[in-house]
Amino acid sequence: MPPMAPPETATALPPPQPSEGPDFVQLLTPEGERVTHAQYSLDITDEEIRDLYRDLVLVRRIDSEATALQRQGELGLWANLLGQEAAQVGAGRALTDRDFAFPTYREHGVAYCKGVDPVTLMGLFRGTSQGGWDPQANGFGLYTIVIGSQTLHATGYAMGLQRDGGDGAAMAFFGDGASSQGDVNEAFVWASVFNAPVVFFCQNNQWAISEPLERQTRIPLYQRAQGFGFPGVRVDGNDVLAVLAVARAALARAREGSGPTLVEAYTYRMGAHTTSDDPTRYRVAADLEIWKLKDPIERVKAYLSRTGAGDAAFFASVEAAADEVAAHLRAGTLALADPDPISIFDHVYAGGSTLLDEEREQMSAYLASFADARH
Amino acid sequence: MATITLGKAINEGLRKAMEDDPKVVIMGEDVGRLGGVFRVTDALQKDFGEDRVIDTPLAESGIIGTAIGLAIRGFRPVCEIQFDGFVFPAFDQIVSQVAHMHYRSAGNVKVPITIRIPYGGGIGAVEHHSESPESYFTHTPGLKVVTCSNPADAYSMIRQSIACDDPVIFFEPKRRYWDKAEVDLTAELSPLWKARVAREGSLATVITYGPSVRTCLEAAAAAETEGQDIEVIDLRALSPIDWDTVFASVSKTGHVVVVAEAPVFGSLAGEIAARISERCFYSLEAPVLRVGGYSTPYPTSRVEEDYLPDLDRILDAVDRSLAF
Repeated sequence: MPPMAPPETATALPPPQPSEGPDFVQLLTPEGERVTHAQYSLDITDEEIRDLYRDLVLVRRIDSEATALQRQGELGLWANLLGQEAAQVGAGRALTDRDFAFPTYREHGVAYCKGVDPVTLMGLFRGTSQGGWDPQANGFGLYTIVIGSQTLHATGYAMGLQRDGGDGAAMAFFGDGASSQGDVNEAFVWASVFNAPVVFFCQNNQWAISEPLERQTRIPLYQRAQGFGFPGVRVDGNDVLAVLAVARAALARAREGSGPTLVEAYTYRMGAHTTSDDPTRYRVAADLEIWKLKDPIERVKAYLSRTGAGDAAFFASVEAAADEVAAHLRAGTLALADPDPISIFDHVYAGGSTLLDEEREQMSAYLASFADARH
Repeated sequence: MATITLGKAINEGLRKAMEDDPKVVIMGEDVGRLGGVFRVTDALQKDFGEDRVIDTPLAESGIIGTAIGLAIRGFRPVCEIQFDGFVFPAFDQIVSQVAHMHYRSAGNVKVPITIRIPYGGGIGAVEHHSESPESYFTHTPGLKVVTCSNPADAYSMIRQSIACDDPVIFFEPKRRYWDKAEVDLTAELSPLWKARVAREGSLATVITYGPSVRTCLEAAAAAETEGQDIEVIDLRALSPIDWDTVFASVSKTGHVVVVAEAPVFGSLAGEIAARISERCFYSLEAPVLRVGGYSTPYPTSRVEEDYLPDLDRILDAVDRSLAF
């Protein structure tokens, strides 16, 4: 008997969305040409573009250095951001000191823009802390590993801004995979009915570990916003200028009391999900080649080079700065000491607990019982 | 002094907390215009406005998740989960986010959220309206868990739970909402983390909490007519537990019965029994016995009285302990 045809439901669905089209906001082409958009524009100097270029290069270098540290056994895990630098720097530079970002575990570029020392990020991946930076100091929340949970936190924070007269906005970061989570959809409902000053910034990097976008959605993600009652916009996530323009507009809209916006930054996860992942098992190499042509850094470099806004000395200075950041990251990571075992009891509660007091004493006594044996 | 119901006592406690701290906000389903399905938040929205008493969309994860964001912004949210069986859509936000936030941030972020959950059976309700899920939360490090059994404690404990800088799961014994007692609304607050000797006795110790406290006191009163002098401990705080009060009683009586509505297997009652056997082994005259729900989903209301611990089952356990 010939093999049976697969049932109708198992056939591959057509890709739900083209990567380009009239709804696609782009201000800098992959070739480095500045283009205009009917709704979004960016008043930016060459000096500012050079700054963005430096950000992009440094963020990529932080990512590659961390990957190397993981491969060398200095980190337990690293969540790569290769390919998403423009999405993160564009959003991160749109945020002001008044705004609060709620990240996933991959927003190293946003953390950089928000002034979090990358060495601090490493604590989480080295296993010396659970994060540990002060979210209030940087307006940058703790990495959230359960997919989508932080979108509700951002929405609640935005409701707080409405209640205490704060003039900032919240920005919730999440991915295409998270768009399927109940929490994300609840956050959309809440933000909408309370008109909360929050921007939902979705980095659609096409892959949720091994699951492609078409396993999450049949319509372009930004179009989901319409059903919840607020605008959605798709931006070229590899175009730092377009992301900056769209994110700024969405934040301004939130701050002025006009409510939430869903920004879909259309990008591509060029690396693995994390250093534990092997994307060769589930996607073809040819896709990566296509996206390499849309590289978020190369297009800015092309623009700066062709217009003369960036010369060889400038590019060399950026490389030197990247080397410096990498060296700082490496030295800082290697210096991250293992915590004292007894410190596991710290900070479980703000107000302490008699149960933990008892267990801390037990552990101390147990550990002390080996003290003699060591000498 | 005022004679008020337990439900009204919580209402008064919420009102006082909102007056004392402008950062206290109440959020939940039907808590505003309606005043809650049990009227525990009655009139609060009228007096404090829609920004502080928030009728939320019908999404429990949303209630807790947004409360976390409000807490990060400096608010002190009091969330109502309408019924015990409806807490599970919010379970992830409670155990993975609320409970971890202070730890994850190395103490930089406080989430002083109070989560009110009417719980327990005995009101003739349909499925999901009579459960006792406290053990899920006492098993979760990072949460504190309390439950009141009488109007005076209700008034005092809700205020202290809201003032607490840690997240507190506040279980309300829904079938005791209408129990009345005199409450001194100006009295000093009794310590939140202390158990209460609800009735002194010397023959056996019955350890209980929440809605079962009254049942156990009634059982002790019945036993008294037969000459049995039973001590009843109302734990009040379920995490952390005031073990000193528990161990002092056990050391005195040597006979222990733990009573709660939750299914016995894998429950807080088991933890209490284990701790007592570890710490009071030489004081015990009999194994610690447990009386609680059976290992079934909460049954239909027409047979719930056979499922719930009642006077006879409690006294039967006391007798078995004494006869050991």
